[in-house]
Amino acid sequence: MSIEKREARQPWILLSPALTSILLLLIVPLIFIVVYSFWLRTATGADQVGFYLENWAEVLSDAFYREILFQTLWIAFLTTVVCALMGYPAAYFIARSNGNKAVMLLLLMLPFWISYIIRTMSWINILGVSGAFNTFLISIGVIDEPIQMLYNQVTVILGLVHFLLPFMILNIYVSLEDIDINLEDAACSLGAPRWKTFLEVTLPLSLPGLAAGGLLCFVLGAGTYITPVILGGPRDAMFANLVFEAIITQLDWPMGSVLSLVLIAVLGSIVLVYNRFLGMRQLMKGLS
Amino acid sequence: MGWNLIRFSTILVYLFMFLPVAVVVLLSFNANQFGSFPITGFSFRWFVALAENEAIIRAFKTSLLLGFLTSIISTTLGVLASLALVRYKVPGGNFISTLLIAPILVPEVVLAVALLLFLNFLSFHKSFFMLLMGHVIFTLPFVVLVVQARLIGIRRDVEEAAMSLGATPVQTFFQITLPLLAPAVFAGMLFAFTISFDDITGTLFWKPGGVETVPTQIFAMLRNSISPEINALGSVMIFFTVGVPLIGAAIARRIANKQSQ
Repeated sequence: MSIEKREARQPWILLSPALTSILLLLIVPLIFIVVYSFWLRTATGADQVGFYLENWAEVLSDAFYREILFQTLWIAFLTTVVCALMGYPAAYFIARSNGNKAVMLLLLMLPFWISYIIRTMSWINILGVSGAFNTFLISIGVIDEPIQMLYNQVTVILGLVHFLLPFMILNIYVSLEDIDINLEDAACSLGAPRWKTFLEVTLPLSLPGLAAGGLLCFVLGAGTYITPVILGGPRDAMFANLVFEAIITQLDWPMGSVLSLVLIAVLGSIVLVYNRFLGMRQLMKGLS
Repeated sequence: MGWNLIRFSTILVYLFMFLPVAVVVLLSFNANQFGSFPITGFSFRWFVALAENEAIIRAFKTSLLLGFLTSIISTTLGVLASLALVRYKVPGGNFISTLLIAPILVPEVVLAVALLLFLNFLSFHKSFFMLLMGHVIFTLPFVVLVVQARLIGIRRDVEEAAMSLGATPVQTFFQITLPLLAPAVFAGMLFAFTISFDDITGTLFWKPGGVETVPTQIFAMLRNSISPEINALGSVMIFFTVGVPLIGAAIARRIANKQSQ
């Protein structure tokens, strides 16, 4: 074999284990659940192979599923907005301060390393009936009896913001760092006040980072399963909870497939719209 | 004035990120018999209770083994693929890159369902094997991203020099490329281990009955009530997931320094 041919084959040899794994453990299974979603779980507990549209019809027509889907998107949207409002000033501060950026960024990365479930349940210690906040309020005499502040939509969003905020800040930070500082100086020296420089130069130039952070927060927030279980009440179920319910509790796998496909279709189309207008490059920058 | 406001809100954001975690650590040393507020004194009692809790010890062993195997397999796959993408001009390289990070783009629940149903169809039932496969596919994109970022910094001419001096390709790989790659490999393994150790959503779908990892064990314990042992376990986990990577990063830096000398 010629050297050129060997050279051309080498990368494929290196790539094949990873690509085979992705193909066999992700792509083929995803195609498989499309097929599975047309099967039917019978009363005996066996799956009836065939082409049945019952599950799809039920999910698409039943108002219950639509409500949970809208609730899921609404929670993810509010989470994203709160993350943007809290994250932007922090990212701006890190990008423009003279302090030790490396330490500030490292601190921001630390929560990634702290167990997700520990961070989520830590809010029970803060807001629970015998948590820090209630204890404090009682000790200063504002209330006599502890108040139940947990297990509602607000605490679900709180938990999600706590989990997703670093993603938002890092993405905005990356795009703020990319801005040529001379542009801001130029605007200032031409007489623009600082707030106007920010609104007309800095903010527009940092929008790609804001959008990338927003996409991550929204998609990760909308796909979450654990946070509503730990911090939400019985009425705060999100779409992933329905999937879990169908697959693990009811063992109705065809139905679980339909619900999974609805979730991936909704979130996937949001990613596609994003990709169409902004491209994936910015997202990669923020991820690595 | 504006700048002070930004500074102040940044401090609030950092407090928001760290206060709840600090409370977990604080409560884990609390002597109070319910392990909640008020703080009545300093005590190791919850750590002792934790060490005597067999279910948690078993979960810990499972998580360590799973994280270790995941990091080895996932890093091997990820390093090979990254080498191909960074070193060669592969036709369709962009598409392949997207394919490799696809597991991040798919919601974890959907990935979990698809893998569970497909492997079950192939008669692999819920098992440690399924957990391992799931964790490998779930951690692979992170390894690829981290390793690729490090690989770009390694220059090709060192290898070419070795080859032109008569080293075989295999010799070159083990004596030149691999040592240069070590920090990237190490970072990838660390990342894969931490993500695997922390994963809960996929794990809940794939784990066979009776097998628990540390996060699923915590999750099961939370259903009853928040016992003080969980706070102690939280402190241990924080040490593991924060302390170990920090030590790891220090070691990686030392290796890198030694090489540059």
